[in-house]
Amino acid sequence: MQAELQDIVYFYQRFPPFDDLPEEALAELAQATEISYYRSGQDILRYGDPIQDLYIIRSGAVETYRRNGELYNRLAEGDVFGQMGLMMNRRVRFPARTMEDSLLYCIPADLYANFCDRFEDFADFFEAEGSSLLRHTLSSQADNNDLTTVKINALIQREAITLERQASVTQAAKLMTDQQISSILVTDPDQPISSDPNDDDGQVVGILTDRDLRMRVLAEERPGSTPVGDVMSTDMVLIDDNAYVFEAMLTMLRHNLHHLPVVHRRRPIGVIAMSDIVQHESQSSLLLVRSIFAQQSLEELTQLAKQLPAVFVRMVKEDANSHMIGSAMAVIGRSFKQKLLEMAEAELGPPPLPYCFLALGSMARDEQLIVTDQDNAIILDDRYNPEEHGEYFEKLSHFVCDGLNACGYRYCDGDIMATNPEWRLTLSQWKERFGGWIEEPSPQALLHSSIFFDLDGVWGRTKWARDLQSFIAQQSRNNSRFLNYLARNALSRTPPLGFFKGFVMEQDGQHRPSINLKRRGTAPLSDVIRVHALAVGSRSQNSFERLEDVIRAKILPPEKGQDLSDALEYIAMVRIRYQAADIERGEEPDNNIEPELLSTFERRNLKEAFQVLDRAQAFLKFRYHSSTKGGIR
Amino acid sequence: MSDWPERFQQLETAAFDIRLQRYYGAGMVSADTPIGETPLVALDFETTGLDASQDAIVSIGLVPFSRQRVFLREANEWLVKPEQPLEEESVVIHGITHSKIRAAPDLELILEPVLEALAGKVVVVHHRAIERSFFSQALLSRIQEDIQFPVIDTMELEYRALRQRQGLIGRLLRRPLGSLRLGDCRQRYSLPYYPPHRALSDAIATAELLLAQLSYQYREDVPVGELWL
Repeated sequence: MQAELQDIVYFYQRFPPFDDLPEEALAELAQATEISYYRSGQDILRYGDPIQDLYIIRSGAVETYRRNGELYNRLAEGDVFGQMGLMMNRRVRFPARTMEDSLLYCIPADLYANFCDRFEDFADFFEAEGSSLLRHTLSSQADNNDLTTVKINALIQREAITLERQASVTQAAKLMTDQQISSILVTDPDQPISSDPNDDDGQVVGILTDRDLRMRVLAEERPGSTPVGDVMSTDMVLIDDNAYVFEAMLTMLRHNLHHLPVVHRRRPIGVIAMSDIVQHESQSSLLLVRSIFAQQSLEELTQLAKQLPAVFVRMVKEDANSHMIGSAMAVIGRSFKQKLLEMAEAELGPPPLPYCFLALGSMARDEQLIVTDQDNAIILDDRYNPEEHGEYFEKLSHFVCDGLNACGYRYCDGDIMATNPEWRLTLSQWKERFGGWIEEPSPQALLHSSIFFDLDGVWGRTKWARDLQSFIAQQSRNNSRFLNYLARNALSRTPPLGFFKGFVMEQDGQHRPSINLKRRGTAPLSDVIRVHALAVGSRSQNSFERLEDVIRAKILPPEKGQDLSDALEYIAMVRIRYQAADIERGEEPDNNIEPELLSTFERRNLKEAFQVLDRAQAFLKFRYHSSTKGGIR
Repeated sequence: MSDWPERFQQLETAAFDIRLQRYYGAGMVSADTPIGETPLVALDFETTGLDASQDAIVSIGLVPFSRQRVFLREANEWLVKPEQPLEEESVVIHGITHSKIRAAPDLELILEPVLEALAGKVVVVHHRAIERSFFSQALLSRIQEDIQFPVIDTMELEYRALRQRQGLIGRLLRRPLGSLRLGDCRQRYSLPYYPPHRALSDAIATAELLLAQLSYQYREDVPVGELWL
């Protein structure tokens, strides 16, 4: 016998979204309710703790906070909280504390999800909080993150030391000695900063380092009166003061820099050092990269690689977004490659010819996750002669690819690896190869080569990789035949929508219904974005950066670019979170999710994200006149 | 009484009625069990008057709870037909009509589910004299056996708290102690007003009051022996 709980029902009836529920549903709700009491000033929910209930305030008052301690909301009788935590992987998003003695009604998460499924208005109430829950969810995540929200101008502690390009190298050497610095930024007063007419220092045009003074002045016996502009390096890495701390961190790790000049519209405003960032946030990914370079043997390196899953999980827990995690994992992957190449060269002796070791696919896009195989290739000097140099690069490739496999980056099934002689080509041969793909496209050839269109130099003459990127961008821009074929490929993998846009499940290896979030989600999204990016001649490799280029070129209908970006971020984050959860359960992470593990909200959001992909593919067909008819499936 | 577990063993052996045997057989937590680990059940009787020898139980409400949560899913309420006919006056108080009471079962018929709901848990009441004496009286007249159990009395806890607050000076000056009625006690902890004199609603009100008293007056791990009587 179930007791009548009329008083509880009456209470619920007074407040939305319960007021619209039918009588039987309210009785069910009352039965399932658990009551708890908190005195004034007590913590109810702490950030990141598991959450199992939706909370309704029966009496009293409660405040919810952002993770940084900022007040998020003040709630009173009849107000509801905890829903954000229930929507996201059942962890508290907004900590809650009582302001007064409070009596709380708690509704178990399962019943809450069940009600969202059964009563549309009830679900809409929680969704209507942000205009689009998807965007709201993503932005609230970003709000909570330091590395993604703090801009580097907050970290600048050193003033930039600059010198005009007409100054002599002797002046430069004196200034550098006085200031105890090993490099100095060079400006050009003849190139004033257009937005700031009062500024007469001019733009940053180069950098002069101790090494330049040694190699280009002393070794070449140039006089001390030589203008700095004649011997400076123009190939320098700068970062805009609007960039986020994590971007600065990744730039420094990528180029192995200890100092990074910061500019505001090319006007130097300061320099940040790696130590500034380390002090700001002790990033575990950063520490791992440092230890990679400190290892002495392959054995030690493979041992170190075992920490990678833990670093990944920690980043997920620290609420990093997918761009950060993808970039950090890619930087770690690059570092393993670089260290292996360093070891290979130490063992095999210096290379007989210059070369550039390439990363392809997700690593080149800075979208690497924990489940990944290795895709790589080599650009060789044009003087390459297989008989003379072949053996060296054969051995080098095997050393690196075997090493990567031992570190958990599995061999590529499609044999797109430097060990395959087909993918060790000279720069001219590579240009020919890309020229062929672009000028005489065939669907079959492109199906297997799209991975080559995401490329990045990791080691050696990385400039050659940038040359190839420019070559590809120039060749493919506005090349409608090539884009048409590439677009066809991008339609070959469809989102799991069907039967009047419902959710369609597939069978996984164990014949459980599941969805492969990479194959049906992030990969086709990257494909779609790549087509647009190549169409506008973008040289970016990362999907989010490509999207920015595409949005700037205005080839998409308004808002659609942002939708694509949100969809990619959401699907990637679900994939990342479930991989982290797999790791924590001690299971092998994969790209499949079983829908019954998804909360109602994840399911709704995923469906929305898949619909964005579906519409984007339809637009692609229209934009590049491609259809899958007669093509490949 | 501190050794309730041993006492329950003796009572189980001594009991004749199978329902009582089962109730005692479910055992009782020891006095040193922290309150956070003690299963609790709030119990309330509505009666036709205050004298257990003259008046009768007309309804029983109960709800199991813990230090953390009150579990409405397991809440229950029964109407009971008194042995004497209902007087007009009490009908008004309880809002229970004669026809409903006439249709209700005798307490003996619902004794089994009531004792099952109480088994293994510490009973919590507001003003223990009522529940203890009426329960004993009702059982004695039906199965000729008494029932004994430990009780946490929120009225007693409130009395202790008020005495402490009043202090020695207050007692010497005979300052008033404050009301011990359930609704008034609840008000001190900002608990909401519930219409009184319905068995289940009073049981829930009592459970909530204990949670409030515990969070204000006792440490997290206070042993149940310091609370029960």
